[in-house]
Amino acid sequence: MTAAVEISDVTKRFGDVVAVDNIDLTIADGEFFAMLGPSGCGKTTTLRMIAGLDFPTEGSLKIFGDEVGTLPPNKRPVNTVFQNYALFPHMSVLDNVSFGLRMQKVDKATAAARAKESIELVQLGGYEKRRPNQLSGGQQQRVALARALVNEPKVLLLDEPLGALDLKLRQEMQGELKSLQRDLGVSFVFVTHDQEEALTMSDRIAVMNEGKLLQVGSPEEIYERPANRFVADFIGQTNLIEGTVADETTIVLTNGARVAAPSDHAAGTAVALSLRPERATLTPAGAVEAADGRTSVDGVIAGVTYLGNALVYDVALDWMTIEVREENRPAGDRPSPGDRVAVSWTTSDASVVV
Amino acid sequence: MSVAKPRGATNTALGLNAFVVYLFFYAPILLLVLFSFSDDNIVGRWGGFTLDWYRDFGENDEVQSALSVSVRVAIISTLISVVLGTMAALALERFRFRGERVFDALLYLPVIIPDVTMAVMMLIFFTSLDDLIGLQVTKGFSTITLSHVAFSISFVSIVVRARLAGMNQTLEEAAQDLYATRWQAFRHVTFPQIMPGIAGGALLALTLSLDDVVITQFVAGPGSTTLPVYVFGLIRRGVTPLINAVSVVMLGASITLVLLSLLAQRARGGSDPVA
Amino acid sequence: MTALATPEFEAANEKQKRRRGLLLALPSYLYLIVFFAFPLLIVVLYSFATRNRFGGTDLSGWNLDSYARLGEPIVRTILFRSLGLAILTTLICLLLAYPFAYFLATRGSTIRNVMLVFVMIPFWSNFLVRNYAWRVLLGNDGPFSQLTEFLGFGETRVLFTPTAVVIGLVYGFLPFMILPLYAAIERIDGRVLEASRDLYANGWQTFRHVLWPLSRSGVIAGSILVFVPSLGAYVTPEILGGAKTTLLGSYIVSQFLEARNWPAGAAVSFVLMTVMLGATLVYFRSGGRNL
Repeated sequence: MTAAVEISDVTKRFGDVVAVDNIDLTIADGEFFAMLGPSGCGKTTTLRMIAGLDFPTEGSLKIFGDEVGTLPPNKRPVNTVFQNYALFPHMSVLDNVSFGLRMQKVDKATAAARAKESIELVQLGGYEKRRPNQLSGGQQQRVALARALVNEPKVLLLDEPLGALDLKLRQEMQGELKSLQRDLGVSFVFVTHDQEEALTMSDRIAVMNEGKLLQVGSPEEIYERPANRFVADFIGQTNLIEGTVADETTIVLTNGARVAAPSDHAAGTAVALSLRPERATLTPAGAVEAADGRTSVDGVIAGVTYLGNALVYDVALDWMTIEVREENRPAGDRPSPGDRVAVSWTTSDASVVV
Repeated sequence: MSVAKPRGATNTALGLNAFVVYLFFYAPILLLVLFSFSDDNIVGRWGGFTLDWYRDFGENDEVQSALSVSVRVAIISTLISVVLGTMAALALERFRFRGERVFDALLYLPVIIPDVTMAVMMLIFFTSLDDLIGLQVTKGFSTITLSHVAFSISFVSIVVRARLAGMNQTLEEAAQDLYATRWQAFRHVTFPQIMPGIAGGALLALTLSLDDVVITQFVAGPGSTTLPVYVFGLIRRGVTPLINAVSVVMLGASITLVLLSLLAQRARGGSDPVA
Repeated sequence: MTALATPEFEAANEKQKRRRGLLLALPSYLYLIVFFAFPLLIVVLYSFATRNRFGGTDLSGWNLDSYARLGEPIVRTILFRSLGLAILTTLICLLLAYPFAYFLATRGSTIRNVMLVFVMIPFWSNFLVRNYAWRVLLGNDGPFSQLTEFLGFGETRVLFTPTAVVIGLVYGFLPFMILPLYAAIERIDGRVLEASRDLYANGWQTFRHVLWPLSRSGVIAGSILVFVPSLGAYVTPEILGGAKTTLLGSYIVSQFLEARNWPAGAAVSFVLMTVMLGATLVYFRSGGRNL
């Protein structure tokens, strides 16, 4: 099957600034694909190159097998939902949505009919005559969606589409976008800086930083097996415990402790053990012996943060402090600051990152 | 976040000052309007109501011909400067090109330069064309229009640029993403968006052209002079009730233009949710 | 199937964009070069030329005579008179406009908008006509004189004096002072004034140490917008001033239309323009800091 989008060796430079640094990326047909990274990481530039709003400095960019790297945006079979929507303020909702069809010389009646369908699809029936400034943020977002989808794009590009919405609306729209994409079967390529949004919505995620593509994988792969410290740290919360690779199965931590951690890095490589706070287990010191394959380090509770449904403990080890997250439990049953504890985990709870 | 209203005596004093300022602004204008209806040969004395001076205004051939020159110059110079000024604004706001900074500076100069200097420039220029390239220029309608365009372009481009700068540029990208060619994107998105700016610029150009005395006086020829220059000449010879009437007509035209521009501004405010 | 993206394609695309920009700018660019930059250049040239016996100008024998004339007593008197009147006009405008702008900035939005419209109307009204109105008002036995007589101050003869010129200039340019001052004061966060009062400053101290410094950009902008056209004023002194109140603008015009000494006129207008450019630079500098 041909890939929806195939990016090979693409670089984009703005003067001396390398915005996108030699990336390779394949997005399958029908996939909900997220591009995730901090601002300025190159994710939006990548999206704009797929849309045709920027041209790659070099490299190949194919949409369903056709090379499109040098085509202007109006000649590409993709459409974009812009950040802050970019609705035409001087046009009604109907005119906004039928704009693309009209530009493609679809006759007026057909364009209006199809635009109406599309407006129904995003549940805005009855709002055709309104101007964008008479709509709420969520409604504007739907218009932007309808305006892009009415053209039946082969790939839909979305640039931080939910960024301007408040939390509750955003969660609602996440679900709607996801089911819309499933119904239409079209690939959605989605740019966001919000890791939670990327994790909940996407089939696959590409993590970018400083113009480089760091890792591409399913949300679970990205979260459980981060490729490096940046990914581990950017997606969710983690403890990075510094160490050096001793052999294929062991690393030596800063304090000299040898812990079991399989990795394929050469001996002597400086690495870190990424341990998610919720994967670490807290037990009173000496209560369990370090048997049954669990790795354990000793520490003292330095602080407790109450989160309602959970508790986060700051555990001071000899050489660093790590966070451990546990479900809430009754006050009398919690370790308190000053208590000596052991923090333990199994090899599958932690991953080795460079 | 604005400044809180002052209290007590300060507020009263400020209010009084505001009253004085408005009185200062409007008393002369209102009195002028009043005296233009006064049936007395001495300007500034009330001698009963009459419309004679307005009838004189209508029947005076020199006034009528000056008025017609004024209107034609204003319309033609506005049309030209709106087209050129809008193009200049688009070039400067949306593109980079060689000579951009020089152009930008050149575009600001006519706004800054004193009327008198500009008048002198245009006079010497049109006169010396004969010496320099042997082109004999008859001063009159065309030289007035050319000079008015020379200063109006700048004002139009400043107003349109401000509008373009406030316009969300993604709108143009969105149009192109939706299969519009560059021209269609301009035609259907950019142009309607900057239309209030263009209208504002046009009204400004129109007002400036209708107001100008100094520059026009230098480049006008015998038999083709604008209304302000004609009236200016009359005033220097002495005030007459006829001038009162002409002045009130000119004032009425100015005020109509202001009100139009305010309406344009309101339309601008109403149609733009993207602040 | 289209071409692969290459740095060459990107460069060509960039170049095409630049060409498109230049093409858009070109008509007005050329127009301004021919009908503005070139005339400006000729004026500079003329200021170094020689006046011949027939009142024409010889474009040869370049000299600085016209600039030397700036030092002559007659020209110097006119220069200082123009400067004096322009400064006086600016100060009076500032004194009237500052409290006005403050009052305006502290009203509710409806009253404020109405008040602004009534500032905009004189701002846009025909300048010549507005000066003429004062001519009528101040004329001998005119309404103003009648008023002072009625009030027991006796007849007044203001017309054709420097006072009349200053009144006309203030009348003409007051809106130029009000609008930037209003913009500057309106932008001030009212809480800083409250903070000042909270920190034991009285009304005057608050004005002196908080309001005034924060509105300085408006004061500078307004002052330049009033001072610059006042200095080059021609219409107002012609209508309201007498023979003894010749100002720079009238002097320049007379050099062209009456004395037919174009080099002298060109030199003075060039100097005038330089002053204005200097003032504008100051404006942008100070504006850059605060706007």
